[in-house]
Amino acid sequence: MTLRVTLAVAARVLSQLRRDHRTVAMLIVMPALLVTLMWWMFHDSPTTFDRVGGPLLAVFPAIIMFIVTSVATLRERSSGTLSRLFTLPMAKLDFLLGYALAFAVIAVVQALVVVSIALYALDLDIQGAAWQLGVVAVLDGILGTALGLFASAFAATEFQAVQMMPAVMIPQLLLCGLLLPRDQLPDVLHAVSTVLPLSYAVDAVLGVAQGNSPVAEMLVVLGFIVAALGLGAATLKRRTA
Amino acid sequence: MLKNAVSCRDVVVVRGDREVLHGVGFDLRAGSVTGLLGPSGCGKTTLIRAIVGLQARVSGSVSVLGSPAGSAGLRGRIGYVTQEPSVYGDLTVTENLRFFAAVLGAESDDVQRVVDAVDLRSHADVRVDQLSGGQQSRASLAAALLGSPELLVLDEPTVGLDPVLRRDLWELFHRLADEGATLLVSSHVMDEAARCDRLLLMRDGELLADETPGDLLESAGTDDLEQAFLTLIERKAEAR
Repeated sequence: MTLRVTLAVAARVLSQLRRDHRTVAMLIVMPALLVTLMWWMFHDSPTTFDRVGGPLLAVFPAIIMFIVTSVATLRERSSGTLSRLFTLPMAKLDFLLGYALAFAVIAVVQALVVVSIALYALDLDIQGAAWQLGVVAVLDGILGTALGLFASAFAATEFQAVQMMPAVMIPQLLLCGLLLPRDQLPDVLHAVSTVLPLSYAVDAVLGVAQGNSPVAEMLVVLGFIVAALGLGAATLKRRTA
Repeated sequence: MLKNAVSCRDVVVVRGDREVLHGVGFDLRAGSVTGLLGPSGCGKTTLIRAIVGLQARVSGSVSVLGSPAGSAGLRGRIGYVTQEPSVYGDLTVTENLRFFAAVLGAESDDVQRVVDAVDLRSHADVRVDQLSGGQQSRASLAAALLGSPELLVLDEPTVGLDPVLRRDLWELFHRLADEGATLLVSSHVMDEAARCDRLLLMRDGELLADETPGDLLESAGTDDLEQAFLTLIERKAEAR
């Protein structure tokens, strides 16, 4: 792995994104719009919004980042640029980390927007500090990116990549504690939810909302990010049929 | 310096449940331009991918610049142009080349050199997806020239180019060979064969001939390469 190559990949992905206004709008504006939609739905029961609003700040960035990254790397495969890169001195991890880094930059902007809107426009009530919520939201966006990069290694086409979203993300969405607190799940499902990364992303936000330290949950999320990138690099194949 | 830049022996490639290369063997002399010719679907791209180390399920031996194909040490020493232009459509020619130069660790003035080499200076700041097909493949070729690789493997680099440009590119290929690079250029058009130092003729995953254009014409008793190819196929069929 070479820092020069990782940074070159990240800079290139960002300059591609800069040209693609619709994707940038999707990444930055969409989570905020969805949170606003939820706020409106629960307009007559503000305590419900206070309960689900926090978890949404974890879930939406993660899901949206997942979709975009899982397809982005497939584009490199179909265009042949990945083949070219594999004949150059680029480690597989350079490629994945470059993408992760570029989307981490997006995740920061995304988190700033969605957290500011939730806290200051929609009056989401939290006990912890606003910056903590921001940091957790960034981390959850990066988690979505890392999972997307990992999933894309298993897809041969963009068509297959978009199918990863219901397979990988929706079960996590159901079990992460957004719809039902995790301790109220049946025992087996609760056990399943403890090995799913999005559960910890939501737990971290809930921690901040309740004024507790989210550090332990954030470390677990970080662990999932590192594992997903490592496994992604291990499953990405230079030689293909 | 190595005598042979590439040595293939008994190369067999299986894709799915089908064997697509059935024991191909040849050498590429260092500093030469070799044409890899044959109809579409004969296994040219598979052979090329085996040489650059991207093809799975290769048996036999493929030695490239003294190392087994696909070795980490070869990365950056081989320039590879895929059939489809493998550059980013949403970036300009220069942005693409700067990126690949950064990955290679090539000097930044190398970008200007390769843009000039493929005659794209007037379009250097145009997004690749706004270029014509021929310009896109030249942008892709330019990326492969970065860092002056010792081996250039070009999969149909001249498709869709006008005759003047094709002539210029073949002159470039020979200039690069004179400077010491080894080139393998695939094509399905026979009239490009005459421009090569040596020819590999493929059909149905087998090598039919590995000769100079002159020898090929002589042994087939014709002065037309297309006809020589046909004669070879017929002789092969009779031999069976």
